[in-house]
Amino acid sequence: MADAGAPAALEAAGLRKTYGDFVAVEDVGLSLAPGASLALVGESGSGKTTTARMIAGLEAPTAGTVRFDGRVLPGRRARTAVRGSFAGDVQMVFQDPYASLDRHQRVADSISEVLAHHTDLRGSALARRTAELLDQVGLTAGQARSLPRALSGGQRQRVAIARAVAVRPRVLVLDEAVAALDVSVQAQIVTLLRELREQSDTAYLFITHDLGIVQHICEDIAVMHRGRIIERGRTLSVLERPGAAYTRKLIDSVPRRGWTPKRGATA
Amino acid sequence: MNHMETPLLAFEGLHITLPVRGEHRAVVHRVDLTVPAGGAVGLVGESGSGKSLTARSVLRLLPPGARVGGDVRFDGASVTAMDAASLRALRGSGAAMIFQDPRAHINPLRTIGDFLTEGLVTTRGQRQGAATARATDLLREVGIADAPRRLRQRPAELSGGLLQRVMIAAALIGEPRLLLADEPTTALDVTTQAEVMAVIDEAREQRGLAMLFITHDLALAAAVCDSIAVMYAGSVVEQLPAARLHDASCHPYTRALLAARPDPGTGARPLRAIEGRPLSASEAGPGCAFAPRCPAARDLCTTDRPLPERTGDGRTACHFPLLAGADDAAPGTERTVRHG
Ligand SMILES: Nc1ncnc2c1ncn2[C@@H]1O[C@H](COP(=O)(O)OP(=O)(O)OP(=O)(O)O)[C@@H](O)[C@H]1O
Ligand SMILES: Nc1ncnc2c1ncn2[C@@H]1O[C@H](COP(=O)(O)OP(=O)(O)OP(=O)(O)O)[C@@H](O)[C@H]1O
Ligand code: SF4
Ligand SMILES: [Mg+2]
Ligand SMILES: [Mg+2]
Repeated sequence: MADAGAPAALEAAGLRKTYGDFVAVEDVGLSLAPGASLALVGESGSGKTTTARMIAGLEAPTAGTVRFDGRVLPGRRARTAVRGSFAGDVQMVFQDPYASLDRHQRVADSISEVLAHHTDLRGSALARRTAELLDQVGLTAGQARSLPRALSGGQRQRVAIARAVAVRPRVLVLDEAVAALDVSVQAQIVTLLRELREQSDTAYLFITHDLGIVQHICEDIAVMHRGRIIERGRTLSVLERPGAAYTRKLIDSVPRRGWTPKRGATA
Repeated sequence: MNHMETPLLAFEGLHITLPVRGEHRAVVHRVDLTVPAGGAVGLVGESGSGKSLTARSVLRLLPPGARVGGDVRFDGASVTAMDAASLRALRGSGAAMIFQDPRAHINPLRTIGDFLTEGLVTTRGQRQGAATARATDLLREVGIADAPRRLRQRPAELSGGLLQRVMIAAALIGEPRLLLADEPTTALDVTTQAEVMAVIDEAREQRGLAMLFITHDLALAAAVCDSIAVMYAGSVVEQLPAARLHDASCHPYTRALLAARPDPGTGARPLRAIEGRPLSASEAGPGCAFAPRCPAARDLCTTDRPLPERTGDGRTACHFPLLAGADDAAPGTERTVRHG
């Protein structure tokens, strides 16, 4: 996927994660070119979040490596200062934005804080960049002065996205980032993510179990099943002509016009 | 539908208020809706629109202090006026509810077998052996192969999909005439959702069971129901036959919901967002609750609340319903995203 010569924004190889005897992730390899957008789909328990957490450095792989621009991500035990220098490499947005925000911090302050921590911006330059980010994600000045609890779920997710893109990460990992939102708001956030990607070369790893949404945000797709990637390719061609029987089953389960639910094997 | 027949379930101008800090607030403004015997109606809306409270009003399972206006009729009888005995009968063998989160509605310490047979043994006086045999049959019917083993297990030992099948079996065991299914598959992944919906479909077909199916997924509702009712901010804003949803919806909100979630695949329409956020019933002003987000809104919309009126095969509560078949690309503030 990456241009020959230019290093991939993200290169994960041979990722494996075990919990006791249980293998949650097995031999997962992913490569993201700068500005690419890859969907990681699969049923509940297939290992998507575990993969994402290893890529974001939140979980130590049992085996395998994660590289950003060719550099290896330090493990969880690395010094905070070392890990901090990787903040510009990878940021993560979760399903529940409320859990990732400080309940006592005003929205604008939470963004300024991230900027002050990871950039040299201070004073009016810091305020300007904060306002710019808030505007980019479609939050008003009034909302910027609010505490998270005064915002709707969609607005909170905008805050979480603003914080994540504030440091201009090479890779943004979005784990079910729109799953908890209302249908009409989900479309807003997908639109926002598309706009942000056009304006930067941040690559997206978009994790979802919702096949209905992937083609609106990702050019590429990888399908996980029982800890492994079983199929990958361009989103539209995989959706139209899936190679694996499991992928076909996933696609056939998405309700649409003319769809009727079918019973598989008994559970 | 034969209009001379009494519908199995009828909401007649249902209005619900709840006490919030000493003040009563509307949570459901107006629901007029009927479910014929054996028919399936999908109640679709975003969070807070009042779907669950509408369904719960059928069994009088509303939060403490709730006040109900209008009426809910089950087989012609007013639910709001029912005495304790009739209400017990309604809950026991009239209508059964299936919830989104099965774990919140089952005692984690007791076995699946006890959970399923309890009602048959204690309220219907069946012998334990007969009740267990019935439970075993039902578990097989909902696609659980090793039923005897499952009956001895506890909820924690079952996956979400399996547990939801158990809840369906539990709902069927009283032989109800109506299923109230409140987002029964929202917590499941799509493959399990398809299987659970197929199980519900088959059970309904074999028994001639009616269903009020609650979901936020229009496509899912259209696939498993005969008729669709769309709720927004406490009111049903449009009702129409499921088969006509894509071609004949007239309400700007229904159109916007369809455009926010196009069918996947090549030729999929671009995804189009609706600005703003869904309102709850108590936030709605005097006019149309959708007006702040509606691309077709005019002055009248902010002052007068539209009432449901006939539009083609359905009913629409909108001052300026969109013509069937016309493109929904109404002028306004929508932002368009094209893929490719
Ligand atoms: N800390 C842990 N200890 C033990 N098992 C774990 C742990 N974290 C995850 N697992 C297991 O690893 C498997 C993969 O989990 P993971 O959360 O990655 O799945 P997922 O694809 O993200 O699923 P979902 O769609 O439900 O979020 C599951 O079987 C899960 O139970
Ligand atoms: N026990 C309660 N006390 C106070 N308000 C309540 C209570 N239950 C529901 N509400 C309010 O009533 C409104 C309608 O709630 P309801 O649960 O019917 O919505 P819903 O359409 O089922 O939403 P969801 O899709 O999130 O389940 C909401 O604004 C909700 O906040
Ligand atoms: S009544 Fe007016 S604001 Fe409401 S949906 Fe119809 S056109 Fe839009
Ligand atoms: Mg996950
Ligand atoms: Mg609900």
